[in-house]
Amino acid sequence: MPFALLKYGLSREHPDDPHFRWKPDLKKTYDVVIIGAGGHGLAAAYHLAKDHGITNIAVLEKGWLAGGNTARNTTIVRANYLTPEGVAFYKESVELFRTLSNELDINVMYSERGHFTLAHTDAAMRTARWRAEVNKHLGVNSEVIDSAEVKRICPTMNVTDEARYPILGALYHPPGAIARHDAVAWGYAKEAMKRGVEVHTQTEVKKILIENGRAIGVETNRGIIHAGKVMQAVAGSSSHVARMAGLKLPIKTIPLQACVSEPVKPILDQIVVSGSLHVYISQSARGEMVMGGATDPYGLYSSRSTLDFKESLMGHMLELFPFMGELRILRQWAGMADMTPDFSPVMGLTPLENYYIDAGWGTWGFKATPVCGKRMAECVATGRQPDLIKPFALSRFSTFDLVGEKGAASVGH
Amino acid sequence: MKIVNCPLNGPRNISEFVWGGEVKPMPDPAKATDREWTEYLFLEENLAGDITEWWLHAPTNYWFIARRNTITDQFLETMTYDAFLARQPLASAVIPSGEAEPAAKPVTGGGDTGATSA
Ligand SMILES: Cc1cc2nc3c(=O)[nH]c(=O)nc-3n(C[C@H](O)[C@H](O)[C@H](O)COP(=O)(O)OP(=O)(O)OC[C@H]3O[C@@H](n4cnc5c(N)ncnc54)[C@H](O)[C@@H]3O)c2cc1C
Repeated sequence: MPFALLKYGLSREHPDDPHFRWKPDLKKTYDVVIIGAGGHGLAAAYHLAKDHGITNIAVLEKGWLAGGNTARNTTIVRANYLTPEGVAFYKESVELFRTLSNELDINVMYSERGHFTLAHTDAAMRTARWRAEVNKHLGVNSEVIDSAEVKRICPTMNVTDEARYPILGALYHPPGAIARHDAVAWGYAKEAMKRGVEVHTQTEVKKILIENGRAIGVETNRGIIHAGKVMQAVAGSSSHVARMAGLKLPIKTIPLQACVSEPVKPILDQIVVSGSLHVYISQSARGEMVMGGATDPYGLYSSRSTLDFKESLMGHMLELFPFMGELRILRQWAGMADMTPDFSPVMGLTPLENYYIDAGWGTWGFKATPVCGKRMAECVATGRQPDLIKPFALSRFSTFDLVGEKGAASVGH
Repeated sequence: MKIVNCPLNGPRNISEFVWGGEVKPMPDPAKATDREWTEYLFLEENLAGDITEWWLHAPTNYWFIARRNTITDQFLETMTYDAFLARQPLASAVIPSGEAEPAAKPVTGGGDTGATSA
């Protein structure tokens, strides 16, 4: 190995496998068509090929590879949710993330930082205790700490009484992490394509073909494609695509904005979230302060940016981290979040036979990319809803069996 | 900063308003089936384009109807609920519930619609 590396380094050519094995033409028929080449669609394709031996798959993408919310998120990965169903599900994702670089043979830069959910009120402390108990019961490392302990772990934070909303304590979740979002999607695409999966960009699904109550294919801007099974994973466009399949979803599309500062030397190790102040922050490997808050106050299909967002974000941020007053904003953007009423996703079977849904990922779906890909693949391959994602079926809205995660998901994504 | 034309209070900063969501016909609580409740409570058209919604002016706790474009982020029109009901032909076109039942009983209370456009 060292010699091979040396030889490679000294040679004039640097031969390397092409990352992605693109195929220019669409076939007429696939076993599975997946709509949307974000992290979720690509991870499902990878697991269908790897775990279930189904490789005759096309992933259709109207834009470019993983250019949707996968490219726009702030990459927080954690398992400190509120409901037992949610904690068990996200816990499996954190476990998959830990070995993902090896699994996909690409550096996803998974970096465990420790995750604070700050509490500024008694009510927030109560929710923190509740979450910590549910987490510990299910083997997830979370604990409630007081403000002195917050200060000890994160000395740059302003933990004095001088603030408008002094910090009483926090839910501390040491495994909380960030990762390189693009690498996650590219890794899944690369490994899926290596196994024969086709990914077609600039290919928009315009219609779902239905015969005798079952999905039999899709119509795209590049023609008709027949499929044994069809799965949608289109985030902000979920309602639009589901409508083509005759489904109406419990989803509102609402923008989520974020921004980064100019890069600086490492100064903030942890991921810090405040549900009461509606802000969160972490420092990327590049040194940029990555910041955001809750979704916009109303629904929209536009990635425009607002001054209101930045004003309220910065006001609170300056109190938490006064040194931020020295920094300038470098970039800002938004993504279309597919929000459900219970802040939990929608996964699995639908009333339309052979049609599978992966939606309702709102502001929290990046962390679920590995587990969702794995379990959706299992669902599509077997035609049955795997136990882990049973609570997240679309049918929960007609049985009034919601999985209320708002207390753990509305600001900390 | 965005300005919303409240039918009761006139033009105000959007930060004073709360989004109420799509206008949907409410089922009759005495007779509604579970399916109808699911539809009413959870299912959304979530359209890209011109839509009709409830909005609340929070300081005065005043609910009204707004037409809004969800692609351009513009308020097209705001009106009182009575004014909205008086315009049923238009209203039924923007309530794509698919159900046969009328959106709501046509009531024309005070006559003055108070309709304003933003
Ligand atoms: C600002 C922001 C911050 C976030 N922060 C976090 C975070 O810290 N942690 C976290 O876990 N989650 C976070 N999220 C949420 C997360 O980004 C998403 O839930 C996740 O990326 C969804 O992945 P996806 O693959 O389902 O969707 P996407 O990556 O959006 O992929 C869907 C794809 O479908 C394509 N598509 C749509 N319609 C069609 C069609 N008709 N035909 C073909 N293709 C179509 C789109 O072009 C798109 O590429 C954040 C989101 C935003 C916007």
